[in-house]
Amino acid sequence: MNIHEYQAKQILESYGVNTLRSKVAETPEEAGAVVEELNFDRCVVKAQIHAGGRGKGGGIKLANSPAEAKQHAETLIGMQLVTPQTGPEGKRVRKVLIVEAAEIEKEYYLAILLDRETSQLTLIGSEEGGVNIEEVAAETPEKIIKAQIDPAFGLTEFQARQFAYKLITDTVYRPIIPNATALILSLYDAFTGCDCSLVEINPLAIVKRGDDLDIVALDSKVNLDDNSLWRHPDIAEMRDPYEEDPSELGASESGLSYIRLDGDIGCMVNGAGLAMATMDIIKQSGGEPANFLDVGGGASVEAVSHAFRLILADENVKAVLVNIFGGIMKCDTIANGIVEAAKEVDLNVPLVVRLEGTNVELGKQIIAESDLDVQLAAGLSEAARLAVTAADLA
Amino acid sequence: MSILVNKNTKVIVQGITGRSGRFHTEQCAAYGTQIVAGAVPGRGGTDVNGIPVFDTVEEGVAATGADTSLIFVPARFNAADSVMEAAAAGVSLIVCISEHIPVLDMVKAKAYLKTGNFDNPFIIPNGPPRLIGPNCPGIITPGECKIGVMPEFAYTPGNVGIVSRSGTLTYEAAYQLKRLGIGQSTCVGIGGDPVIGTNFVDVLRRFEADDDTHAVVLIGEIGGTAEERAAEFVKDNMTKPVVGFIAGQTAPPGKRMGHAGAIISGGQGTAADKIKALKDAGIAVADSLATIGETVAAVLT
Repeated sequence: MNIHEYQAKQILESYGVNTLRSKVAETPEEAGAVVEELNFDRCVVKAQIHAGGRGKGGGIKLANSPAEAKQHAETLIGMQLVTPQTGPEGKRVRKVLIVEAAEIEKEYYLAILLDRETSQLTLIGSEEGGVNIEEVAAETPEKIIKAQIDPAFGLTEFQARQFAYKLITDTVYRPIIPNATALILSLYDAFTGCDCSLVEINPLAIVKRGDDLDIVALDSKVNLDDNSLWRHPDIAEMRDPYEEDPSELGASESGLSYIRLDGDIGCMVNGAGLAMATMDIIKQSGGEPANFLDVGGGASVEAVSHAFRLILADENVKAVLVNIFGGIMKCDTIANGIVEAAKEVDLNVPLVVRLEGTNVELGKQIIAESDLDVQLAAGLSEAARLAVTAADLA
Repeated sequence: MSILVNKNTKVIVQGITGRSGRFHTEQCAAYGTQIVAGAVPGRGGTDVNGIPVFDTVEEGVAATGADTSLIFVPARFNAADSVMEAAAAGVSLIVCISEHIPVLDMVKAKAYLKTGNFDNPFIIPNGPPRLIGPNCPGIITPGECKIGVMPEFAYTPGNVGIVSRSGTLTYEAAYQLKRLGIGQSTCVGIGGDPVIGTNFVDVLRRFEADDDTHAVVLIGEIGGTAEERAAEFVKDNMTKPVVGFIAGQTAPPGKRMGHAGAIISGGQGTAADKIKALKDAGIAVADSLATIGETVAAVLT
């Protein structure tokens, strides 16, 4: 699950990660009030959407007065913000985060994520902060530093300190090392405490406060492990339904796995791998899949009906391809489910069905003898071809 | 011969009294698998279709000599802890079917399994056990034993090994082979999660060493770099022909495609990269799901 920057900031602050003072606002009036309440001379108004590259898209604006902050908030709230990561349609801004402006001395990158090769959490840092870290990793890998965290011991203090020294090499900033160490340790506590799947501070910044130096998380991104949300009800509540496709959300609540795509051939498959491979074969046959949809191994009547409804709710869908490998749940049972569900949802686009597995002949017979307008495919390739042709003709 | 499991494998089922555990235990037993015990806290002294149930895995292993554990414990009943319990009880193989286990729980459980390397006989008397899964269909040596949830009709004994991150794709591949008259030595579903106990390389190494495996099918999908590591291994260490297939060529970046581990993030883990790595290693890659069987038939002739 993704959350907004302001929510990530709240989580990290609760674990003691040092940040700049800020408050979220939903209206320009609130934004103005925030600036006055927190007594900011200068502040930054940041659009809250679930996508990176907000600066490039004009979603982050510096204000020199409360009036200007209010003005920026007025511009941002309600706008469709387009960034390199949102796609051309952009995302609607519903909230802004007002953050005190800081005098930045130096920016770094800091993150904790799962290293799938070692099955351990890894601390990643770079003195190239505020930029796209994937580009840094690709072009100048020597500028990336890493530390593996042994889950039996967690992140140790010496490791965090050692990492801080490697990250912050300029001797001028030596006095800040203890603060950086503490920040790194807090970040790890937040990660494990909330079951995160990614915590990223970009940039982590050394800022000047009068004559003193301080180190703060200027921008943060936190992703949560969906499988752990049940044990963090407070975090689960942070889900912003506006940021998610309502049909995808509804699907996951009923145990289906659905992802909407741009094509016109809806597909319903049992199993995640088979669902992906079915999308691929549609594309190879000259079509475009409208979705990924895994109805689960069992493919029950309820699941199939729900899946049909999801697919048909997408106006782009011109044909539906059902690809089921009947295993433990036999093909005849699944065929009955398909027939029943198709009637229930009043299916109004061409339907192509490919069944394989236990009792496949019986399953095909049930479908052929129903009064459904359905094309039974002999194999996978034929199924994809039939679906593509049906969508082209529609 | 086969890898990892055969007709002599003795299985204890954790979570045997649950709906799914009970059903699949019956199926496995009917296939001929030696299911010798079940373990469910609070159910010690009862039985499931004549299979004795113990409160702890330790007791079950001590009483029956089970060497393999099959786990159906749901994620919310702390399935990762069940993995550790099995390891501590001294089984040599743990097959975890459970899905939706929190990643950090698996990070911890996997680390626990490794403690056997640290010469700690109190934790794991027989050395570190091998974990297959979680979030996987299990493992089957056709004609000998099935430890998992796969539909057995899709398989037939023979000489092709299959290793896959996806359950249904394994069934699909095995069934395509069966219809072409090609049987399988052992088929391993390694699971769709980001943290899994056994990776492609672990299985490929065993297939290479198994006299009865003549060719291997490797089924990967988007996310992570396991296929790239497998390609390196095949290039450097394998003499047997390998056929590959990668699902997810049309998957959009940043979206989890059903499996927790199937996600393209930061430009990493695309199907195109994986297919290229496999091809560069000399692996015959099936272009389409429909042609996995015929691609295997071609490399076997």
